[in-house]
Amino acid sequence: MKFGVLQFPGSCDEVDAVEAARHVGDAELIWHRDRDLQGADAIIVPGGFSYGDYLRAGAIARFSEAMESVIEFAREGGPVLGICNGFQVLCEAGLLPGALLPNVNLRFTSRQVRLTVEQGETAFTRACTPGRELSIPAKHSWGRYHAAPDTLAAIEHGGQVVFRYAPGENFNGSLNDIAGVTNEAGNVMGLMPHPEHAVHELTGGSKDGLCIFRSMRLAVEGVAA
Amino acid sequence: MSGAGVASLPTLDDAIALGLTESEYELICEKQGGRAPNQVELAMYSLLWSEHCAYKHSRKLLRTLPTEGPHVVMGPGENAGAVDTGAGLVCAFKVESHNHPSAVEPFQGAATGVGGILRDIFAIGARPVAVLDSLRFGEPGESARARYLLDGAVAGIGHYGNSIGVPTIGGEVYFEAPYEQSCLVNAMALGLAPKDQLVRSAAAGPGNVVVLFGASTGRDGIGGASVLASAELGEDEDKRPTVQVGDPFEESKLLECSLELLELGLIVALQDLGAAGLTSSASEMASKGEVGIDIDIAAVPLREADMEPFEVMVSESQERMLCVVEPRNVEAVLAVCEKWEVGGAAIGFVTDSGRMRVLRDEELLADMPVRALVDDCPLYDLAPAKPAQPLYEPPRAVLTGEESPGETLLALLGSPNLASRRPLFEQYDSIVGSRTIRRPEEADAAVLALPDGSALAVSIDCNGRRVAADPRRGTVAAVLECAANLACVGAEPLGATNNLNFGNPEKPHIAWQLSESVAGLGEACRALDAPIVGGNVSLYNEGATGPIYPTPVIGMVGRLPDGGRAGRLGFVNAADTLALVGPFAPSQAASELAKLRGQQLPDGLPEIDLAAAAEALAAVRDAVRSGTLSSAHDVAEGGVAVALAESAIAGRLGAEVTLGEGHWEALGPDGDLPDPGWPEGSAAAALFGEGSGGILVSGPEPGLRALAARTHVRLIGRVAGGRLRVSLDGHELIDADVAELAAVHAEGLRELFA
Amino acid sequence: MRARVLIRPKAGILDPQGVAVERALPALGFEGVENVHVGRLVELDVAEEGQLAPLCEKLLANPLVEDYEIEIVS
Repeated sequence: MKFGVLQFPGSCDEVDAVEAARHVGDAELIWHRDRDLQGADAIIVPGGFSYGDYLRAGAIARFSEAMESVIEFAREGGPVLGICNGFQVLCEAGLLPGALLPNVNLRFTSRQVRLTVEQGETAFTRACTPGRELSIPAKHSWGRYHAAPDTLAAIEHGGQVVFRYAPGENFNGSLNDIAGVTNEAGNVMGLMPHPEHAVHELTGGSKDGLCIFRSMRLAVEGVAA
Repeated sequence: MSGAGVASLPTLDDAIALGLTESEYELICEKQGGRAPNQVELAMYSLLWSEHCAYKHSRKLLRTLPTEGPHVVMGPGENAGAVDTGAGLVCAFKVESHNHPSAVEPFQGAATGVGGILRDIFAIGARPVAVLDSLRFGEPGESARARYLLDGAVAGIGHYGNSIGVPTIGGEVYFEAPYEQSCLVNAMALGLAPKDQLVRSAAAGPGNVVVLFGASTGRDGIGGASVLASAELGEDEDKRPTVQVGDPFEESKLLECSLELLELGLIVALQDLGAAGLTSSASEMASKGEVGIDIDIAAVPLREADMEPFEVMVSESQERMLCVVEPRNVEAVLAVCEKWEVGGAAIGFVTDSGRMRVLRDEELLADMPVRALVDDCPLYDLAPAKPAQPLYEPPRAVLTGEESPGETLLALLGSPNLASRRPLFEQYDSIVGSRTIRRPEEADAAVLALPDGSALAVSIDCNGRRVAADPRRGTVAAVLECAANLACVGAEPLGATNNLNFGNPEKPHIAWQLSESVAGLGEACRALDAPIVGGNVSLYNEGATGPIYPTPVIGMVGRLPDGGRAGRLGFVNAADTLALVGPFAPSQAASELAKLRGQQLPDGLPEIDLAAAAEALAAVRDAVRSGTLSSAHDVAEGGVAVALAESAIAGRLGAEVTLGEGHWEALGPDGDLPDPGWPEGSAAAALFGEGSGGILVSGPEPGLRALAARTHVRLIGRVAGGRLRVSLDGHELIDADVAELAAVHAEGLRELFA
Repeated sequence: MRARVLIRPKAGILDPQGVAVERALPALGFEGVENVHVGRLVELDVAEEGQLAPLCEKLLANPLVEDYEIEIVS
């Protein structure tokens, strides 16, 4: 099984994402100018400051050639994970509902946070232990999740909220403590905290991020829970 | 040769306005073959012969420092120094200052400081893997300006480091009145490269092409040189920005482009553009290679249309690099630049003339011998004289001395110099790259994983107040502190870098501070086997109210064989034994408590037994490596009581501690190791006194006892419960709830960032 | 022609930058300043006026959370 990790000018966490995905399958970088997704079974849009966050975070990256292919890939049901800046790119591209706004404290904040798994049966959480909190590092300045009231109601009702910040952990002001959401079809997820940085106890504070990559592999291999 | 446009030949007055002395100007005329330099030439000489570029007052002193060692791969003189990590990789590192720009515009000053030091790392072919910062401001409680500078500098460092994807893994910040007018912003960076891929900056091969790549060139940083502007443009002063503006996104592309060019073997030499822009980069490359360089300013991509030739040569626009390329590779180089969406242009040639020439198309605008520009700047001897009077006002008292030990501990923990730095470091991404084994506040040094399971440790330290009290011993103490922080995570030093921040060296008392400090630096680096591989000097840091505290910031890199065994500073297990290890003899001289009590600096610090301290560090280091200790924490500002509190807060565990001769169990090696001594009759000195060579460790008792074979060990109690109880000479003086200590510690700086 | 586009946060969306600016003003001696919002300005030369609205919708503003206003300068 192969993960394709997009690389834009200004991406920061793409190499970490490749290393993390290699715990679970093969992984390769995909240059933003390439339309060819190189036979990837799943796509990761990584964290960082693509195009310097100019205009708005993710606003320019979403128009890249690679993203055009990813949009098509997603429309055909392929699994796509957007992490941090990747989440922003997917919202800008219309693949996910809502938008990410500046943190309420107006500062970049880097902190290990606890997340609750709200939906255990998705393509991204099937391998996560139900009821267990995940300890994952978050580090961003534009992470406040926002959606219009009717959109928010729809995604809550439709089970699209996959991760929430545990009580007390929501430092960016996201509505409903939302940390990660999927699209309606459930094959695209955006997550603000960084699971790729939580795959080693020694450097990640936990290995809790691995279950997300494992879940994606299960989804690709068509294995039922 | 034309006179570079309509401007008439500059005069001696112009030279003086640019910071040159009369005799320097005359020497320049002589070097120019008996003719006065024109506008472009004078601008270039004035920059390269400035203190900042030429180290006129410090170079002779710096030559006394130890720069060689078994792990040194690249010593001082290149863009950065490098040491062998033993894991098939070399670690490049250096510290630099951006003090004066940060005082003007703290966000951009600090941001471009980070940008500049990162470029120095990838200019030698290493991929940057970490940043640390060392900051000094005035008292935040008293000064809105200090709070403004702090806020801006931290935001700027975070902005640049986070955006370019290099983690900021450590640092320090001090707040002292002498830094009010002259803040300090020092940035250190580390990078990794395979052993055989370091590149030097010497230009070589007459006929080779000089390529400038990166951002376009504008009027950033021209500032003082604007006195040379021709009269017509002089009216539009506001068009000349004096602050450099950094773009980390541009640098991220520049970094990838540079490393790819090196990987593909397309370039002969590489140099980054920093202070004095094209002038210093081109001429330094030529000097190292003992060649000449011709630069055609008409080929330089400009951001503004009507820039004068001298402006192009002195511009400090950020995110630019210069390289030397064989003619057959130029096209390939420009193609790599285009791939990374980075501007690139061939702007000149390497020659065998030994001269630095500036042209505009065919027109010759400036012509100088490279040696004259780079090597022949006069160096000055200092005329040091110990000051007869105190140089600094006593700090404002915030404590009377009537406070109980418990109240004193809380006051120290909440004070700006000791409070938790979490509100700062949470603004930094400390984990990108997935190498960070110890994040800020987890251990005394930051620790980075290497691919083979070993790890690098790094710390940056200096207590300027202690250096002010005793420049020689205070500097030895700074080096020892760095080495102690490394030892506490299990690392031995590979090498060090230093940034000397001082006042005006032409004043005898500052010259005294500088020469004493460099002497102490040399002494300590030799004793601890930590050669200096590179560094920076920042002088003239003084304002109307006087000079800064002499602040020789030390950055040290070390290695530990097993990253999984990196030490930590917080208590781990209830019932672990506690010990104070090493020749620690606390004293109130220049201590943090003495400062809070408003005391004047003493004249001199107690002597330091360097050899005994070094042995204590080695013993702790080896114990950490063997896994026999649960925690290790260097005793620094605030003394033993604060060190205990910090370990308790980090581990969320209290302790029962008994201090005092006859109340603890004192062990030591057989033979003539002198007893370190302990202050009699002063609770304040015993609990909060400071000094070098003391480490607080916790762990199973046998491991602590074993340390006594090599160094002094005082068994002082055990880790226990949720309270910190400290008794001295049989009297309980502190009984504090660890949660309350933690709350005060956490709050100290938080409101500055609300 | 030269156009100027003002982009501002949609009404009702929390604007912490605006709040921060508003809070800082009294300390600087400016009383009675309220309802501060912080947005962005983009200036550009365009060949045809008809390009502006689609350009704003597609790239310059995020219509989910931002409103924009186009002004022809010359």
